[in-house]
Amino acid sequence: MTTPHPIQVRHLRKVFDDKVAVADLSLTVERGEVFGFLGPNGAGKTTAVKMLLGLIVPTYGEGTLNGAPLGDPRGRARVGFLPEHFRFHEWLRGSEFLQLHADLYRMPRDVARRRIPELLDLVGLQAHARKRLSAYSKGMLQRIGLAQALLNDPDLVFLDEPTSGLDPVGRRLVRDIIRDLRERDKTVFLNSHLLSEVEITCDRVAFIKQGEIVHTSTLQGGAGAPLIEGDLTLQIRARPRGGWLSCPNGQWEVIVAGLAQWGRDVRAEQEQISLTVEGEADLPSIARYLIEQDVDVYALSPQRMSLEDLFVQLVGTESEG
Amino acid sequence: MATWVIARLTLREALQRKIALGAVLLGIVFLAVYGAGLHFIRQDMTRGVQAPTALIANQLYNFLSLSGLYVVNFLFVMMAVLTSVDTIAGEMASGRIHTLASKPLRRWEILIGKWIGFVIMLTLYLLLMGGGVAGVARLVTGYRLPNLLRGLGLIWLNGILMLNVTMYGGTQLSALTNGVLVLAGFGIAFVGGWVEQIGSFLDSQAAVTIGILTSLLMPSEALWKRAAYEMRSLVVETTGFSPFNSGSSVPSALMIGYAALYALVALGLAVWSLERRDL
Repeated sequence: MTTPHPIQVRHLRKVFDDKVAVADLSLTVERGEVFGFLGPNGAGKTTAVKMLLGLIVPTYGEGTLNGAPLGDPRGRARVGFLPEHFRFHEWLRGSEFLQLHADLYRMPRDVARRRIPELLDLVGLQAHARKRLSAYSKGMLQRIGLAQALLNDPDLVFLDEPTSGLDPVGRRLVRDIIRDLRERDKTVFLNSHLLSEVEITCDRVAFIKQGEIVHTSTLQGGAGAPLIEGDLTLQIRARPRGGWLSCPNGQWEVIVAGLAQWGRDVRAEQEQISLTVEGEADLPSIARYLIEQDVDVYALSPQRMSLEDLFVQLVGTESEG
Repeated sequence: MATWVIARLTLREALQRKIALGAVLLGIVFLAVYGAGLHFIRQDMTRGVQAPTALIANQLYNFLSLSGLYVVNFLFVMMAVLTSVDTIAGEMASGRIHTLASKPLRRWEILIGKWIGFVIMLTLYLLLMGGGVAGVARLVTGYRLPNLLRGLGLIWLNGILMLNVTMYGGTQLSALTNGVLVLAGFGIAFVGGWVEQIGSFLDSQAAVTIGILTSLLMPSEALWKRAAYEMRSLVVETTGFSPFNSGSSVPSALMIGYAALYALVALGLAVWSLERRDL
């Protein structure tokens, strides 16, 4: 392997006392990818990010960050991080805060002198550079935190709920920054429970529930509501050839259950059948199967699922976030 | 180097939050009050009908200088504990440590950086206060404390010892719990020291043993007693009795070595504990 994956982990697990925060996390994030980590509050998203950044030691499992084992500072050399609870040394002024973090990245002073005004400008805080952070609003703190995360022109950026304190203008700023990072072949790991944000920005999403990835999807960007590549809801209207009376008792249920080989969540209400399939490729097989089972097919319509549909389906209604 | 960046941050924080300014201003007030007191005592003494002999005056000035340093020792320890008690625990409780520890650095660099910052700050404080007391005494009375550097060195070690113990506690406990425990330890050592002192005067071996045991538990008072012993007057040296220590209960060089090792181990534990814990 010439360039290592930005993130590659296998079977990461974290147990706090008796609470399982992350059950079993295996994940590979490709270079240049905007990866969304979706899940309700308390699903283990932040714990997962902290394990990747070496802030939390996994109970079990292993992995690498930019090719270095988790916890090794070399892996974090070209990494930026905006924590969920962005609390900083508030007696520092905005520009001093960025200088501090530039020093921690061992950034040469002349580079820092150029980078800091650029970033203040990017996040719209140039007018507040001389103000102490204690006088910053929540949104301003999040913006300066974002500038801090981008200071080192990182190859991999972790953003943990980056828009929680931002107004719509700030949210757009975050989106633009993510888009810009993607264009420059940077990798972004976005923790969020805001579906709209993820839908617009991410290439791929993983759904995490009770500390485990329950599903991964690739998103298709483009005009209109971005949709998920792969997952389709298939609506079928069909009836036994020769009518219901000619169909032996239980035969229809067996035919319907047979559809499970192509998808999941198979449901049937008399002639209305629905199931979730992973792509269009299986549709001809499904049609052929039904015909071979002596079934008359009246409709077979694939519908793409929105992220929200998928979220509700996968994560369920127990999420209170 | 990240250690130095954090050390500078710690020093700047002390300046910004006016800890340094407050300590210096009140320290100057303390020195002024102390100097004024000395001045009037001396004035009354030399004006009296029976002016004391040089030996008595010498003993009195020694006692007054050591009294001043006794307060400095106490203030220095308090300063060490109070300024550092929140430094690790506070960064962890607030989450500020997340942006620091996720940088390409080792956690020990954060802890040692802070430690260096505090050591610089505390050393300057001790030079101001300890040097100030000795200097004011010299200026007002002309008396010169014997072995001043050695004495101040032991007081310095005392403060560093308390700093290290506090920093270790800070990696495990909340600031409040840590502060209460460290000061309780200091209090136990203090009481144990006096039990030993009085026990030694009354020839009670049990009381001396209690004193030694508390010194092993927390050697802070032993360091002060040794410092006072180093700076003792001629009278104390001949009679073997002083308000600050008496002949047979002077902490040995071994105890001082133990205290230095204790401080080193506490710092090592602080590093080990921070490296391992979840942030």
